[in-house]
Amino acid sequence: MKIWRYGDNIDTDMLFPGKYVYTCSIAEEIKPHLLEDLDPSFSKNVKEGDIIIAGKNFGCGSSREQPVIGLKAVGIKTVIAISYARIFYRSAINQGLFLIECPEAVEAYSDGDKVEIDMENGKIFVGNKTFIFPKLPEQIIAIRDAGGLLEYTRQKLKKR
Amino acid sequence: MDMTFAEKILSKYSNLKEIVPGQIVTVQPDHLLTHDNTAAIIQKIKPEINEYGIYSKSLPIIVLDHVIPASSEKTANNHKIIREFVKNNKIENFFDVGNGICHQLVIEKGLALPGKLLLGSDSHTCSYGAIAAFSSGIDRTEAASLLLTGETWLKVPKSIKIDLTGFLNPGVYSKDLILHIIGDISASGANYCSVEFHGNVKNFTIDDRFTIANMGIEMGAKNALFFYDEVTKKYLNQIGVTDSSYNPINADIGAKYYKELKYNLNEISPVVACPHTVDNVKSVEEVTNIDIQQCLIGTCTNGRFSDLKIAAEILKDKKIDSDVRLLILPASKDIFEKALNYGIIEILVKAGGVILPPGCGPCLGAHQGVLAPGERCLSTANRNFKGRMGCKEAEIYLASPATVAASALFGKITDPREVIDK
Ligand code: SF4
Repeated sequence: MKIWRYGDNIDTDMLFPGKYVYTCSIAEEIKPHLLEDLDPSFSKNVKEGDIIIAGKNFGCGSSREQPVIGLKAVGIKTVIAISYARIFYRSAINQGLFLIECPEAVEAYSDGDKVEIDMENGKIFVGNKTFIFPKLPEQIIAIRDAGGLLEYTRQKLKKR
Repeated sequence: MDMTFAEKILSKYSNLKEIVPGQIVTVQPDHLLTHDNTAAIIQKIKPEINEYGIYSKSLPIIVLDHVIPASSEKTANNHKIIREFVKNNKIENFFDVGNGICHQLVIEKGLALPGKLLLGSDSHTCSYGAIAAFSSGIDRTEAASLLLTGETWLKVPKSIKIDLTGFLNPGVYSKDLILHIIGDISASGANYCSVEFHGNVKNFTIDDRFTIANMGIEMGAKNALFFYDEVTKKYLNQIGVTDSSYNPINADIGAKYYKELKYNLNEISPVVACPHTVDNVKSVEEVTNIDIQQCLIGTCTNGRFSDLKIAAEILKDKKIDSDVRLLILPASKDIFEKALNYGIIEILVKAGGVILPPGCGPCLGAHQGVLAPGERCLSTANRNFKGRMGCKEAEIYLASPATVAASALFGKITDPREVIDK
């Protein structure tokens, strides 16, 4: 498992350039362009189970779903950041990509540290330190457990 | 309990008496805005639309503005899919290619009103705070779900109060103010928050407020707004909306804010947001003489009549520098027409400007006015992210229409006060 370390304000154009927005919408089209302008090595080398650690305001910028769809498709397990931009955060919930907001863990991380995550108990292990991240609200867990917002909506429509 | 604007409006829309920041509530917005991305949105829920139909035909507002006229077979086909969807579902508010940029149309056509709640699958949906509405951007999947169910979840935001005093000096505009604030509090300084503008705002026209609310997202805000006042009332009357068609909402006097900030407008001067983040803000003096190859006046941030007029006043009977291209992008057809009638378009064209169709144009780098490696663009848009205008080795600087027009004259970044005073 590899840790991809990025800084503050990783915006939606860095994650997935705007020029492809109206030509790429499915995972296979999105994958090769992920983080293209910031880190061309990412899409070539990323593997299932990798983690991204980033700074403040991850995902700021446009309402753009391709970054989340792409990160999920390449198998990113989670992103740990100091904070997220809100539309990106919503988008991740709706697509079932798990994000962790934990400034302490980001600050504690230095290159080469081992990182492990205990999703059930809300714990992150960085090197020899342990951090706790807050539980999600019930409504959000329900969306996640349904497998994303569209599934959740489908179930709701069926019950009507 | 005294409440902020966001708390008040979200409690109204969720039918809950008391709500607190952090709480998740379910709301039914008055409108859902989508644009060229409607094609991708409806693609996700085709079987459901067939089986259940859409929630209501008055909920969606659909505008074709992002890649117009279509730049490729693929985008043309997207437009076609959207037009068919609109016809089949009898969508009431549809604006085809050439009408203008979605956010401008929502305000201009009276679809955003004081005290209303709008959501949209575009990050600059926060613009309608200009008219005292609560509005915020969501993603495509949520837009799809909303089309079917008419409701979604929102987290009640904390609120930030920004108190303004004094007056802006000549040559300084609302764009300079909002860039100054973003530079001050950073691109994440208002993350997840509702930002309320208080104090001496009576000199801010709806156009000025629009520019400011539009850029709320550039400091991470969920929404940004100006309260309903005489200025709002007059604007709405002008566009034919009567007072009885809306119920403004005000923040309570004792509302609790997460942060309170004060700015003296007299102390604001022209600024430029430098590459590649909106909060990399410098005073215009620090960046004068940087060569630029392209200027853009327009977009949903600064493509209104008053913006084009300011540019025309600076460029009248003059020619732009021969090494620079000046692109003009009116935010809507109505603005374009008015600018034509007032002779503003003629002035801009004679000065060397190229007029683009009312829409997003070069703003998102999908077509038109794409930059080449090594080039710099000074733009009135809201984002200068790397690659935003189609080329990652190009640089984008953001400023007011006056600064951009003045800079076009010399082919380098120029303090607008140098040309305005003369
Ligand atoms: S003009 Fe630019 S910022 Fe505004 S809606 Fe269009 S692409 Fe978005």
